[in-house]
Amino acid sequence: MSDEQLQTLKPGQSPHEPEKATLEGKNKFLGFWFFLGGETVLFASLFGTYLALKDKGAETKAQELFGLELVFIMTIILLTSSLTSVYAIYHMKNLDFKKMQLWLGITVLLGASFLGLEIYEFQHYVHEYHHTFTSSAFGSAFYTLVGFHGGHVLFGLLWIVTLMVRNAKRGLNLYNAPKYYVASLYWHFIDVVWVFIFTVVYLMGKVG
Amino acid sequence: MSTATAQKQGFGATLWDYLTTVDHKKIAILYLVSGGIFFLAGGLEALLIRIQLMVPDNNFVSSGMYNQLITMHGTTMIFLAAMPFIFALMNIAVPLQIGARDVAFPFLNSLGFWLFFFGGVLLNLSWFTGAPDAGWTAYAPLSTTSPGHGMDFYVLGLQISGAGTLIGGINFLVTIINMRAPGMTYMRMPLFTWTALVTSVLILFAFPALTVGLFLMMFDRLFGAGFFDPTMGGNHVIWEHLFWIFGHPEVYILVLPIFGLFSDIISTFSKKRLFGYSAMVFATVLIGFLGFMVWAHHMFTTGLGPIANSIFAIATMAIAVPTGIKIFNWLFTMWGGVIRMTAAMLWTVAFIPSFTLGGFTGVMLAAAAADFQYHDTYFVVAHFHYVIVGGVVFGVFAGLHYWWPKMFGKILDEKLGKLAFWPFFIGFHLTFFIQHFLGLMGMPRRYWVFHSGDGLDLGNLISTIGAFFMTLGTLIFLYNVIITSIKGEKASADPWDARTLEWSIPSPPPFYNFKQTPLVRGLDPLWVEKRQGNGKMTPAEPLGDIHMPNNSFIPFMISLGSFVMGYGLIYQVDDSRWLFVAIAGLLITLGSMFVRSVKDDLGYHIHKEDLEEKGAGSE
Ligand code: HEM
Ligand SMILES: [Cu+2]
Repeated sequence: MSDEQLQTLKPGQSPHEPEKATLEGKNKFLGFWFFLGGETVLFASLFGTYLALKDKGAETKAQELFGLELVFIMTIILLTSSLTSVYAIYHMKNLDFKKMQLWLGITVLLGASFLGLEIYEFQHYVHEYHHTFTSSAFGSAFYTLVGFHGGHVLFGLLWIVTLMVRNAKRGLNLYNAPKYYVASLYWHFIDVVWVFIFTVVYLMGKVG
Repeated sequence: MSTATAQKQGFGATLWDYLTTVDHKKIAILYLVSGGIFFLAGGLEALLIRIQLMVPDNNFVSSGMYNQLITMHGTTMIFLAAMPFIFALMNIAVPLQIGARDVAFPFLNSLGFWLFFFGGVLLNLSWFTGAPDAGWTAYAPLSTTSPGHGMDFYVLGLQISGAGTLIGGINFLVTIINMRAPGMTYMRMPLFTWTALVTSVLILFAFPALTVGLFLMMFDRLFGAGFFDPTMGGNHVIWEHLFWIFGHPEVYILVLPIFGLFSDIISTFSKKRLFGYSAMVFATVLIGFLGFMVWAHHMFTTGLGPIANSIFAIATMAIAVPTGIKIFNWLFTMWGGVIRMTAAMLWTVAFIPSFTLGGFTGVMLAAAAADFQYHDTYFVVAHFHYVIVGGVVFGVFAGLHYWWPKMFGKILDEKLGKLAFWPFFIGFHLTFFIQHFLGLMGMPRRYWVFHSGDGLDLGNLISTIGAFFMTLGTLIFLYNVIITSIKGEKASADPWDARTLEWSIPSPPPFYNFKQTPLVRGLDPLWVEKRQGNGKMTPAEPLGDIHMPNNSFIPFMISLGSFVMGYGLIYQVDDSRWLFVAIAGLLITLGSMFVRSVKDDLGYHIHKEDLEEKGAGSE
């Protein structure tokens, strides 16, 4: 079975769901969903901590600190990147490797610009408001929650790029299809977490 | 096979084999050996604690040393002894019980072990420079302000080993869901497999809370954050919540698989199918669910208010119901059965009343108003030792006697097994029963000395004597292990006349487990065949090539990297050059992950012809 797994799949061939065509793929698929379940608890704990410490010990409160324009743009960018990764997986299911790589490339670009804006945003808080990791419990909680998310974005980017480069020459096969699929799941998860961050941290922060 | 080939191979080859193995049976041995070593370390710490408390106003160890001893004892026993024992048992039994050739992710299985191992080693290295001393619960601000690096070792050691546990949990979840042999429906799974499934769910949802708690503590201690520092607006109750959101499920993570293996053992040695199988499954799932609803019963005195306390008190008491269902079903399984009092069964039978006592005191503690009296006294110490020693430790001994033949191909000496049991059992009750009364008399937990004239002398002396009895029992068990490995009798495939799939293949099994995947025709599949068939499993597939995973050294390297990184992080507060060490560690870890990602690992095949030569796989 194993060597067949490395045969390059071409458009028009079966199977329609290459990510779940092997037992290894099925295991990865299920295992990764469970992993995301654990990640959910992780972020839930961070959200809980953030809510308990919001505004605590800080001179500049959330309402004053946050501006929505930049964060709104970041949200749009990340949501779009989720959409482009859906396109990528759509093409994967049609076994169209080139188009999949293309859409993944766009996803990576969007993700990287999100990350760049986030770094800019942090810079801004530090320099304009002296809102730092060690300035108050609020600062610690804010940078931990949002930074954990940012760290996930960075890891996701490195992961997807590694996959794209590694498989650029040989195309799609039953061995790497689950890897691509799982990476895209991860990317969606990051996106969902951001929606919560946007709501809980920024929108609710603005409302007070 | 492992011991037999180990003797033929050189030492280096064997070592390399174990460093790179992805075979669940060998990983079980790795967990067992390292858990055993940590168990001895934790036991030694306990002995020192008891010697200090043997007589009033004792000065055997200093007060600072005493704090380190109690902290390391608790932390070691829970995370580094009980957890790996559970994983050892799950690794040896679960894949075999469901008729699988290995776990779903053999590579991750190995990674989980090595992360656990390096985390444990990191934690214990703290002994050289000052061990953690804020209790295994590490309440802030005691833990965040504890001087020296002890608590940093706690934070990073547990973080690394916790990551390993989480990986292990996911692995068993997918294994049980995806890898069952044909016919092995959920409601035909042996109870041990069922409890392993529920325990894995608990691991998955409980450990991330600890991960976050440890991160916050690390940020506070090492990077100047203010989560638990009230002067910065922080709030130390957050730690208590995160710790117990993890901590209470953790006690069920430990005890559920033990419930499962007792169910298997009782049904085997009573020659009866388990009474109320579906009720047992239901009770397991219910306990798992309720286990997440009760964490604040550890915080009754924190001041959450009467409403919260009442809700958590009632939820806690509710757990006694499914637990009671289990106790009665075990009794009813034995009722009217043909009981064989083997060593495994002896530990099992002793477990039932011992654990039940722990359950009783649990319900007492759950009465929030009364808990204000019990909290942080020896009454609590008595309670959790009745459930953890009387439950988990008895269970591990039972499970080891039961599955030793499958792990090592030899039967642990039965006479010595029973000889080890009695001093341990008597010593256990001597040590902990009296502690209920010490607690009710007001002896606080975690105090370095008690004074003469408080009426606590005799009780403490008895408790210490009991600890020596338990030590004796443990030593006899160890002696048994050594004697058995030298001249123990070789085990047949099915030495206990048992009922489940693991006993349908040789002891120890060939590295591919099942030559042909078995077809399961009912609950207790082997027993079904013994009664209705020819006593052998019917294969579900023709003989064919078997796909096997490759060994790999990468898990070791990933874990080593995180160990180095942990060390660097701990010491960078003193000298920022240590940050380079931390970064080097991170690079080792990420680099190894990168190699894993880009190098194809397709495994290999054992060919049909080679399998035929080896003769029948199941006899
Ligand atoms: C009927 C079931 C149980 C109930 C109602 C129960 C209840 C409780 C309560 C209320 C406490 C807190 C006491 C205090 O700190 O004042 C407690 C402590 C504890 N319980 Fe249980 N428990 C049960 C079963 C178990 C089991 C099965 C285990 C482990 C296998 C366990 C392990 C522990 C531990 C380790 C502590 C002490 C934690 C610490 O403060 O260090 N319990 N239990
Ligand atoms: Cu509890």
